[in-house]
Amino acid sequence: MSEIITLGKALNHGLRRAMENDPKVVIMGEDVGKLGGVFRITDALQKDFGENRVIDTPLAEAGIVGTAVGLAIRGFRPVCEIQFDGFVFPAYNQIVAQVAKMHYRSKGKVRLPIVIRIPYGGGIGAVEHHSESPEAYFAHTPGLKVVTCSNPADAFSMIQQAIASDDPVVFFEPKRRYWEKGEVDLSAPLSGAFPLHAARVARPGSDATLLAYGPMVRVALDAATAAAEDGRELEVIDLRTLSPVDYPVIFESVRRTGRAVVVHEAPGNLGMGSELAARITEECFYSLEAPVLRVTGYDIPYPAARVEEEYLPDLDRVLDTVDRSFGW
Amino acid sequence: MAKGESVPGSDIPAGGFVQLLTPDGERIDSVTTADGATYSVDFTDEEYRGLYRDLVTVRRLDTEATALQRQGELGIWASLLGQEAAQVGSGRALRSQDMAFPTYREHGVLYCRGIDPIMPFGLFRGVDQGGWDPNEFKFNTYTIVIGSQTLHATGYAMGVTMDGKTGSPDGEAVIAYFGDGATSQGEVNESFVWSGVFNAPIVFFCQNNQYAISEPLERQTRVPLYQRAGGYGFPGIRVDGNDVLATYAVTRAALDNARNGQGPTLIEAYTYRMGAHTSSDDPTRYRNAGEVEAWKAKDPISRLKAFLTKQKVAKKDFFTEVDEDANKQALALRERVLAMPDPQPVTLFDNVYPNGSPEIDAQRKAFIEYQASFEGSGH
Repeated sequence: MSEIITLGKALNHGLRRAMENDPKVVIMGEDVGKLGGVFRITDALQKDFGENRVIDTPLAEAGIVGTAVGLAIRGFRPVCEIQFDGFVFPAYNQIVAQVAKMHYRSKGKVRLPIVIRIPYGGGIGAVEHHSESPEAYFAHTPGLKVVTCSNPADAFSMIQQAIASDDPVVFFEPKRRYWEKGEVDLSAPLSGAFPLHAARVARPGSDATLLAYGPMVRVALDAATAAAEDGRELEVIDLRTLSPVDYPVIFESVRRTGRAVVVHEAPGNLGMGSELAARITEECFYSLEAPVLRVTGYDIPYPAARVEEEYLPDLDRVLDTVDRSFGW
Repeated sequence: MAKGESVPGSDIPAGGFVQLLTPDGERIDSVTTADGATYSVDFTDEEYRGLYRDLVTVRRLDTEATALQRQGELGIWASLLGQEAAQVGSGRALRSQDMAFPTYREHGVLYCRGIDPIMPFGLFRGVDQGGWDPNEFKFNTYTIVIGSQTLHATGYAMGVTMDGKTGSPDGEAVIAYFGDGATSQGEVNESFVWSGVFNAPIVFFCQNNQYAISEPLERQTRVPLYQRAGGYGFPGIRVDGNDVLATYAVTRAALDNARNGQGPTLIEAYTYRMGAHTSSDDPTRYRNAGEVEAWKAKDPISRLKAFLTKQKVAKKDFFTEVDEDANKQALALRERVLAMPDPQPVTLFDNVYPNGSPEIDAQRKAFIEYQASFEGSGH
């Protein structure tokens, strides 16, 4: 039964399905209960599953993740909501020093099947701390897996896969895409879903490879559509998984196209694009027609809303960088 | 003797504490605190002797560990010297179904849980980072970042409630260990907030050993630590942490309150770190010998020995036998520590993720090939 629903609603359906399938799944976070979360991602879940399974927590992010660790040691599968990207830092210690390391520290005897959901990225006209892209901090941390969805169908399956995984997963949600709609098969079994830690070719092409994830996949697809009008066929790869990155898919594409452009909102310096450029250069050196180029946020704090459109990679900046690649 | 009240000029801190055995080995039958709770113990002679044996054994094992570190066999050691009563009293107060979340100094609690004392030595020798299963031993892995485990303990305790395991005498309780320095951490304060709000079945056991490495208690607080509990809505109590009987009585009562559904308690065990923070520390730089001497007079072991002797619960033969047995255990421990093998280098890629990672697999493979490239080359 396919339905046209928003990305936010798809996450809501995915969370509901995960809770129905496993009584150990609990949701915890600020305002996730009665309110259903500030973005309504957990809408109506407390009403249906009770206050013991959808927990309105005190306002303390370290507390959310730290208590999730204890719950996970006891056998629960906590799904933590961090209300906004810029509020994850009080929980940073628990995430990188505890969640990421318990399995290693205990020689595999403690599994922490925790999912940390973080709405991220800009473009919603918000104040400071509500538009950031902190994914590189977590992708840099061994012991964490990091994924991000770009469309409603992936949102529905990926959140369920993340919850079912025994690995700790940081799940980045492209908040400005929460309201974008797409077709989702709500009855599809999870076993048949596209794997969680796999990149997907979102649009095939032969002339250059655009690498994007989360909110930038839409921008990359629009750029590919525009480029096609000029006779350039851009392949768009939706990374989906940021740790580990699904490199074989990327390398195959770049070896075929000879050009790669990485697009992300986060600052460029030491961002995902840096690692992707290094690895592509190492693995595809003799296939490259141009250096790997990046279209990213600038190396500045996320700016005020009235100028954020200048900061965020958009169609024109992507096409401009593709032009630079072809002009090499 | 004070019933939880201060005695000017005495060794008791302002505000008092629960004490059932004085430094001279005088037994106080019971202590009733201002909130009406009465603390006492009713041990058999055998149990008294058992506590003495615990105290002597954990100190002797600790002394051996310090020696092993000095001889280069351990990378570092966090000594419990002086804190034996706080650890044995609280450790023995735990029931088998209770869960403990230690720092990195709770070797005495570990011992009282019936765990092989060798268990944490992998960490201190540098051959692993713990490596045990918290659920198997009801004893979490040592946590080194100060205070982080209090939140883990709180979450675990919330899970106890969610599993319906409170509200009866055979319910489960959780104990979180931390020190005076940890009370300044935001995460510890968050764990107090959460435990209060969720009425979690938890006992916060703070060993106030007067120092966070070099910083004295005055740098962490301007109120007695146990009084902080009031702000979070649960009881706080201070106990003489060098008195194994009082520590046992207070902890047992708090744990039973927790398991019965009455929520958290903060216990401040007032004690003293007789040794260095760790083997890397030099306490002569920040505290004077007179202070250490004064605390020596309040030693947890000598006061119990004095009591057992006066009460004729134990005689010289017993004390000699306990010393010899502890010595034997220490030497056996030493041999086993020395026999601990270094890990195979390739295992450093193991257990990063439950489900593995192709990136780690590729690095492991490259590492093996790199190592193999030296074979036969004389490296």
